[in-house]
Amino acid sequence: MIPAAFDYVRASSLNEALDLLAKHGDDAKILAGGHSLIPAMKLRLSQPKVVIDISRIADLHSVNQQNGKIAIGALTTHYEIESSDLLKRACPLLPEVAGSIGDVQVRNKGTVGGSCVHADPAGDWPAAMLALDAEFEIAGPNGSRTVAANDFFVDILTSAVEPGEILKFIHVPATANTAAYVKFAQKASGFAIAGVAAVVDKTKKEVAVAVTGVAAKAYRASGTESSLRGVEPTADSIATAAEKAADGIDPLSDIHASADFRAHLARVQAKRALWAAVSRG
Amino acid sequence: MSTTTEKPPVTKSTQKYIGRAMKRVEDPRLLKGVGTYVDDVQLAGVVHAEFVRSPHANASIKSINTDAAKKLPGVIGVFTGADINEKAGTIPCASPLPGGKSPVHTVLAGSRVYFVGHPVAVVVAKTRAIARDALELVEVDYEPIPAVIDPEKALEKGSALTHPELGTNVAFTWGLAGGDVDAAFKEADRVFKLRILHQRVTPMAIEPRGCAASWHSGESSLTLWTSTQIPHLIRTLLPGMIGIPENKLRVVTPEVGGGFGSKLNLYSEEAVVSHLAMRLNRPTKWIEGRRENAAVTIHGRDQIGDHEVAIKNDGTVLAIRSNIIADIGSYLQLLTPAIPTLTGLMIGGCYKLKAVKVDITGVHTNKMSADAYRGAGRPEATYIIERVMDYVADELGLDPIEVRLKNMPQSGEFPFTTITGLQYDSGNYQAALEKAKELAQWPRLLKERENARAEGRLFGIGLSTYVEICALGPSKIMAAGGWEWGCVRIEISGKVTVITGATPHGQGQETSFAQIAADRLGIPIEDIVVLRGDTATAHFGRDTYGSRATALGGTAIAMSIDKIIEKTKTLAAALLEAAPADIEFAEGKFFVRGSEAKSIGWGQLASEAYVAKNLPPGFEPGLEASSFFEPPNCTFPFGTHICAVEVDRDTGQVKILKYTAVDDCGKQVNPLLIEGQVQGGIAQSLGAALMERTVYDENGQLLTGEFMDYAIPRALDIPEYALGSTETPSPSNLLGVKGVGEAGTIGATPCIGNAVIDALSPLGIRHVDLPFTPERVWRAIQEKGGTL
Repeated sequence: MIPAAFDYVRASSLNEALDLLAKHGDDAKILAGGHSLIPAMKLRLSQPKVVIDISRIADLHSVNQQNGKIAIGALTTHYEIESSDLLKRACPLLPEVAGSIGDVQVRNKGTVGGSCVHADPAGDWPAAMLALDAEFEIAGPNGSRTVAANDFFVDILTSAVEPGEILKFIHVPATANTAAYVKFAQKASGFAIAGVAAVVDKTKKEVAVAVTGVAAKAYRASGTESSLRGVEPTADSIATAAEKAADGIDPLSDIHASADFRAHLARVQAKRALWAAVSRG
Repeated sequence: MSTTTEKPPVTKSTQKYIGRAMKRVEDPRLLKGVGTYVDDVQLAGVVHAEFVRSPHANASIKSINTDAAKKLPGVIGVFTGADINEKAGTIPCASPLPGGKSPVHTVLAGSRVYFVGHPVAVVVAKTRAIARDALELVEVDYEPIPAVIDPEKALEKGSALTHPELGTNVAFTWGLAGGDVDAAFKEADRVFKLRILHQRVTPMAIEPRGCAASWHSGESSLTLWTSTQIPHLIRTLLPGMIGIPENKLRVVTPEVGGGFGSKLNLYSEEAVVSHLAMRLNRPTKWIEGRRENAAVTIHGRDQIGDHEVAIKNDGTVLAIRSNIIADIGSYLQLLTPAIPTLTGLMIGGCYKLKAVKVDITGVHTNKMSADAYRGAGRPEATYIIERVMDYVADELGLDPIEVRLKNMPQSGEFPFTTITGLQYDSGNYQAALEKAKELAQWPRLLKERENARAEGRLFGIGLSTYVEICALGPSKIMAAGGWEWGCVRIEISGKVTVITGATPHGQGQETSFAQIAADRLGIPIEDIVVLRGDTATAHFGRDTYGSRATALGGTAIAMSIDKIIEKTKTLAAALLEAAPADIEFAEGKFFVRGSEAKSIGWGQLASEAYVAKNLPPGFEPGLEASSFFEPPNCTFPFGTHICAVEVDRDTGQVKILKYTAVDDCGKQVNPLLIEGQVQGGIAQSLGAALMERTVYDENGQLLTGEFMDYAIPRALDIPEYALGSTETPSPSNLLGVKGVGEAGTIGATPCIGNAVIDALSPLGIRHVDLPFTPERVWRAIQEKGGTL
């Protein structure tokens, strides 16, 4: 559990971090909260020559609302989201998800941006970001670009952030819709075996349902969503819709849950998340 | 085992401290972070060892190239089996069984590796980081061989062999028969079969192992600091391995962050580090990493049992016939073969069976060795017999409590000789059961279950009435002596130093032994210091395992105090100008019988004894005594656990709603420590019941090598406990103590198991294998057509 030797540089601004990244290229890794990178380094699964610490770039450490959108700095910790009054009011799904991550120590250090960029297939954030149709603002050597949540989570441990780029902000809508996140956690790690975020728009009779932990990347349960489009969300209609929560998915399988069980849990948790979201209205 | 009982104590002692829930004197230093663990031991000029370990479960080693590693700046040496094995001995097994076959267990691999993590070479460097870097530069050319993983397949004809030179995968067979089994089965109204698996588990002590050794070249002596339960056994075994006399080896066990049996062993690393310190003439340290701990520190349990049970229609259990396969892994560690034999001996539990036949086969596979893990063979036995009791009740439509009561011996029948030949020292099983029912509010539980079931909820109640074997044990059943040693010294100032050879390492005996000594000496507990864990201080000892420390080590201390009191009477007599026979001792004072007003205390007597100016003729100066306590028998604690669980039909998740335990560990010295032991034991048992399992894949890769994959219970998993006790003294020692270190791990897994299966029983489910993970429970429900 001792990492290979590496150099450490602290960037004091985003531009400096981008310059350092350009300079060191593939030899460098970005350090935010360190809760994915450092364990990987200690196991020597990751052996960067240079670690660029961006954790003190103040601009990226914020939650602000502007014109119905909330911009969350990539370095905002899980705990800051969990305890943000603004988010509790304007987008309560995020504090709920934050509270389900790891333990107090993890939530105090781990960042929302780091977690999303790491794109762990069992991470909690991808479900929420997909369900909220979040947008990811990514800074690169040639300026910024914005990627929709659906395109952001590419594959196992692969996000849309390219070499040389740094995630800057995550934009989510301020919403009056009710939402819920329900997680069936892997007992040892606390990561999701099946985590489902549901957002219910009662006026439009539309729902968004996103599932993490079940497949190689988090996904929108489109079958479930279309089943409830224009339909009153009742116990029965939800149960019917939830049956489709793993349709067309190739579930992961490991010692903690077989593919069958994961697909089953996706359906159970989709039902529970939808019902919880509806009940909150 | 004999039934002799100790004579009552020679002196009156008041009970000012014994029986009191006192906080541990150990805690402040540990909570403040100023305790000294092995990694805190600072040695000038220390060098660091790291081990190159096999990534394969089974492979032959074609070549090892250490050149690049040796060239790394800061590396002091790289050593392979060829360099070391001749000089560091072989790892001992203290409990080989007759006819058993075991491979030679060298400290580093020779031409072949047998499990993932098998040490192949050791790197020594100026820093731990350099040693770690150098590991990657050691090139080992392996030729992988298909691994032997499934113990049942390993017994099939033509199976690949873990150790080809043995010609078999059978490491040992062991049989036990009591009573006329065939007659009992003939007499039976019914016979049923039950297959019970005990999954492999990983002890996962919070402090991994570690050791440091320092060679004192001037004295040709070695000091070994090691995180172990057994410094004295290591001092017995290690000298012959590394080639020094026993009296040139000092073993120090500083604070230990948990053992649970996993540190009841002499491991390769301890021998290698000791050898390197001598060879390099540099203090050498090794600290185990968490992943190493999961892979190369012993595992526990791992038995497959096929049981056949003969019963009468009235619920009488006549006999059990068991065939048990123990997957012991690649090597015999210190007590590997002994563990399943304890399962055999205790398989009858607290019941009066007419006959028992147990056949055990120990099987070598390409895994880490299995050995003692908290409970060590008794959790398996208890799980089997307690599942049997519930199964009988279910089979006959009887109340599980009635079935148990029907088969238990009455309190008047003790000492009770079991069909397996043990003599249970004392007991009142019915009283513990009655108290547990009361504490658990049994009628209310039944009502809750009835209501829950009416609503279609899967609510279950489980119980286990266990008995276990503790205070191991009389020397005749132990390989290297089963006695324990203690020493008490009244210092010149009147302060008291108590030294125990029992090597408590977290159990709290610095507190409880002081309680015993304070009452017996009649002095304030603050005047007592308890020393432990250093063979230079505690000259003898057989250490802590099998819940033996208080029953045996505590008794050795009480015996020593009695010797001092007897001796001191002579001195007091001289000072009081009376005959020794007329001197009485009570509450810390010596006086002439009938004139208590004129008394002398320890302070004055100690001063006289050491200054030695007024000693009576023949009185040896000093006030010190030591004792070896040889117990006449083991002790047999018991109790009843009851719990209620609810199963989530959709996810298979088990929630423990309420947990009640009544444990009888004999006379209680410190109820707070006992409660802590019971709580911790239940927590570990809950882990084994619901989540813990060590998984190797078909290639022998360990899939549960860290806390990301190996689940242990956390605070939120622990239910609210209702704990109680009964107190049936043991006749086997003068304190009446039995032992409680493993009770929780023995009583709780079957209790939870019975509750889960009871919860599932309305679906027609009669058995589910351990552990009751959500998927396993969900599958059982699915198979019975349970719906979402």
